[in-house]
Amino acid sequence: MAQEITGKDGVKRYLITLNVNGDAHSVLVKGNAILTNVLREQLDLTGTKKGCELGDCGSCTVLLDGRPVDSCLVLAVEADGREITTIEGVAANGRLDAIQESMINHAAVQCGYCTPGMVLSAKALLTRNPNPSEQEVREAISGNLCRCTGYVHIVEAVMATAQGRVTPDDH
Amino acid sequence: MYVPDFEYHAPKSVAEACTLLAELGERATVLAGGTDVLHKMKVGKLAPEHLVSLKNLDELREIREEPGRVVIGALASHNQIYTSQLLQRRYLSIPMAAHTMASNQICNLGTVGGNIVNGVPSADLPPILIALNASIHLQSANGDRSMPLEDFFHGAAQTRIEPGEILTEISIPDQATTGSTYLKFGLRRSGALAVAAAAVSVQVAGDTLYGVRIVLASAAPTVLRVAGAERSLVGRRIDDQLLEEAGYLAEQASSPRDSIRGSAEYRRNLVGVLTKRALRKAIDEGHA
Repeated sequence: MAQEITGKDGVKRYLITLNVNGDAHSVLVKGNAILTNVLREQLDLTGTKKGCELGDCGSCTVLLDGRPVDSCLVLAVEADGREITTIEGVAANGRLDAIQESMINHAAVQCGYCTPGMVLSAKALLTRNPNPSEQEVREAISGNLCRCTGYVHIVEAVMATAQGRVTPDDH
Repeated sequence: MYVPDFEYHAPKSVAEACTLLAELGERATVLAGGTDVLHKMKVGKLAPEHLVSLKNLDELREIREEPGRVVIGALASHNQIYTSQLLQRRYLSIPMAAHTMASNQICNLGTVGGNIVNGVPSADLPPILIALNASIHLQSANGDRSMPLEDFFHGAAQTRIEPGEILTEISIPDQATTGSTYLKFGLRRSGALAVAAAAVSVQVAGDTLYGVRIVLASAAPTVLRVAGAERSLVGRRIDDQLLEEAGYLAEQASSPRDSIRGSAEYRRNLVGVLTKRALRKAIDEGHA
């Protein structure tokens, strides 16, 4: 259980550990702190976006123990001790992940606001199911709304990644 | 969006949670997956003084087979139910219903217990669970009780849970049914609430129906079992005319409201069509 600390202001806070992108971060949060806000404001990981903040749009998607969730509906204290992957943790050693390369190659990024969530949903799908059908891809990203409506290119990008048709550095 | 302040608790056991809830009474709200509770807090519909999180109660996440029944822990997420090999083998209709609930992100958070306790008539799991004669187990500092899930709902978002009680598990008895299914019509294929939905279970031998349960979602202020339509089928030889009539009786028994998702008239019509199709599917395809 997270350590409880009551400040001079009488406000109770919790010292929690968030394992984000492989690093353990100790952060002090109030009970009502939402995970999205803690990632963005306390850990400076602003790749996680805030859209509807009610679990409809998916722009705040992160992986919690490998599974996509809407971080706007998760209290930071509830994520204490758990593994979190944000968009910042997808590229490794300065190299983009194949899904990110593919999104660029397919012009699957328009305004970019949905992209972090889309990438994480797609990444979780491909980890679980390396060979998805187009239907499965559409279903996996159905909780991520793209208001530029660029779905066709996004689906193509994910399918190309699954089929190993991504050539790095050709953009 | 702002979440009002509250005191946070994360008890380590069901017993500890019960003691805490007994102390706090109506000042406390139980937090499971958070997809309903935090949503309500953000939009200003709920501002509990205390939030009692069940996150440490891993024993309530289990889905298991016991002699005479299948048990689903109240904290099992929709995706855990969707991917449960045990449920897929025994009652595939339950994983399929869980899968229709919402987006992947929400299905990874939302729990079956929350889906039940929230009490809304559009919830996807209660109809199929009632069709399969499920009962629920509630625990509190004053003791335990079980009841048929069917008896738990009584009116719009009204349930029989008492302050201090925790829904711990859902129990599906071994049964003579030969098929069950949940058919839902939503405005999108993914993540949409039911405009109307029908869950059925059937017991078929030869070409005769010996047992039927029909349960409707989004067709009345509460999840609705339609006994009249069920009675019209028992002991009868199966043919399309018979199923059509049962659909009509279900339609007559429903009392949907006009809402942004569909007019009452449209929903009543859907109830008839979905009931007929669900019966046909359960008869032909088993637990699907």
